[in-house]
Amino acid sequence: MKEKVYNILLYVTAAVIPILCGGIFYALCTDAYGAFQHFGFFQFITSTDWNSTPGHEQYGALPFITGTLMTTILALIFCIPFSLPVAMFVGEYFKGTVVASILSTITDLLAGIPSVIYGLWGFFTLRPLLMAMNISPQGSGVLTASLVLAIMIVPYAASLSAEFIKMVPDDLKEGAYSLGATRAEVIRRIIFPVAGSGIFSSYILALGRAVCETMTVTMLIGNTNNIPTSVTATGNSMASIIANQFGEADGLKLSSLIAIGLILFLITAVINVIGKIMIKKARIS
Amino acid sequence: MILMMVLAIAAVMMSCGSKSNGQREAQELSGAGATFPQPFYNAVFEKFAEVHGDIVAYGGVGSGSGVRNLSDKIVDFAGSDAFLSDKEMSEMDAVIHVPTCMGAVVLAYNLDGVEELNLSGELIADIFAGNITKWNDPRIVAMNPDVQLPDATVIPVYRSDGSGTTYVFTDYLSKVSESWASNYGAGKSISFPVGQAGKGNPGVASIIAETKNAIGYVGSEYAFAQNIPYASVQNQNGELVKPTAESISASASGSIPDDTRTSITNSDASGAYPISCFTWLIIYKEQNYAKRTKEQAIATIDLLQYVLSPEAQKLASEVHYAPLPKKAVDLSLQNLKAVTFDGEPLSQK
Repeated sequence: MKEKVYNILLYVTAAVIPILCGGIFYALCTDAYGAFQHFGFFQFITSTDWNSTPGHEQYGALPFITGTLMTTILALIFCIPFSLPVAMFVGEYFKGTVVASILSTITDLLAGIPSVIYGLWGFFTLRPLLMAMNISPQGSGVLTASLVLAIMIVPYAASLSAEFIKMVPDDLKEGAYSLGATRAEVIRRIIFPVAGSGIFSSYILALGRAVCETMTVTMLIGNTNNIPTSVTATGNSMASIIANQFGEADGLKLSSLIAIGLILFLITAVINVIGKIMIKKARIS
Repeated sequence: MILMMVLAIAAVMMSCGSKSNGQREAQELSGAGATFPQPFYNAVFEKFAEVHGDIVAYGGVGSGSGVRNLSDKIVDFAGSDAFLSDKEMSEMDAVIHVPTCMGAVVLAYNLDGVEELNLSGELIADIFAGNITKWNDPRIVAMNPDVQLPDATVIPVYRSDGSGTTYVFTDYLSKVSESWASNYGAGKSISFPVGQAGKGNPGVASIIAETKNAIGYVGSEYAFAQNIPYASVQNQNGELVKPTAESISASASGSIPDDTRTSITNSDASGAYPISCFTWLIIYKEQNYAKRTKEQAIATIDLLQYVLSPEAQKLASEVHYAPLPKKAVDLSLQNLKAVTFDGEPLSQK
């Protein structure tokens, strides 16, 4: 009897999350339908107009898709020089030492800082710095947002890559050393080829984190509804346009914002699935 | 000690619960709408609860949502920064607009060593349309002969979220600049061609504070409370006016229609700050709807009369809004007399 109750309880709790996820997807689809129906799916994702003047309502998601792509790809590029050395340090050079565990704890700590704090730091510290260095005249923009995003995703990329680097079999490395390879050669010829797809997947998962980051981007990107023309230009990401405008939105505008949310949902889902598949592959090899 | 605390709590509860203003039971009223006047409403409704015993809840959900709640008949009153258009009025039962206080949109700026800045409507429109890009543009210099303006790029800052502040600002620009009216128009969220945007008054104000050579528009209630430097704006009479409680109130001293539904931006009154606005509470003329009781209807009228009272209007200036001019108060008290319950007039005052 008890066994049965446990079983039922288990099935119910296990079913809740998929039902919730499906419910969110369903709600997004039904609410976004109005926008897709009015503009057409391809028109919606390729149009650059965002005009909520009554009578001239026109909504297109391209500026925000571009903004999201630019910030996340830049963030990924900026993140590599920070996260890869940390992963090397923790996973190979100082593997198992106190220094390594301190460093990895501190890196993991970065993941626990609320995004609004990153936003404030970016706004009050990094932004004036970029203005003082004459890199960006108005301070806010894609570059500012992606620099802070890069730091935010370092822990995700670093700790997972470090795990994969640690998993490289010692006999392979020892074999290379016995043939007279230097440490740099071991890293280049042994560790990267063996742990490569694992490291890659950790960056894919970090990318998934950067795509949907909202608060930091909203505070730093400048919130203008145009396609950013350069890396220092202002723009808006998919998450930030929703955060900015859903408050007073209704009708077609609300539906358009939800449509953007649906696209964002699908993009993050795809990124996560790719990351999971890559990790599975890495484990088998 | 414990006994005293219990007695104190009991006394507080009694004074809240059973106070009944002489003739009627204390009521619970609810309203929703504009966020701009919310600090004022919070203060005034609290005072009203002390005086009349009625508890008033107000949700700052935005003007549009507030009006929708009223048309769905789930609130006793709606707050709105924009008066209902004739079309909106025709789609719902008869309503009465009651202006409650006034505010303005000020132009805050961040310029080293510039303490006084004068601007005209056309200049502001050209700055936000990207036609004026340098602070030492001859047209700005001509209005500010005594000020050393830098040879720097102007960085306009605007609201990223839909807002009544943006509506009032662009409504003014549409009145003073034909090219603004035809290219951008007035609305709660406008696609500004240049600059950057922040969320809410605090977002815009902090970008301005942190960015040299920036200029942006901020709600007066926020700017007054935060002591941000802001510009004087030339009004229709050619006077350069700094936004103050007096100059904002002055903008409503011109002619107002009987139903008070009017935009007072670009006012022709003397001494008027030209980017000023009313904010309204809107109620149904016939108060018997959605199973409301007569007591609730009376409490609603009491509330609005209280908001218009000198005591509440004084409170408005304390929380950085501008009080209504006498004319608007008199008109509104007159309008409230038309409110009925089951066709019977409610107000005897």
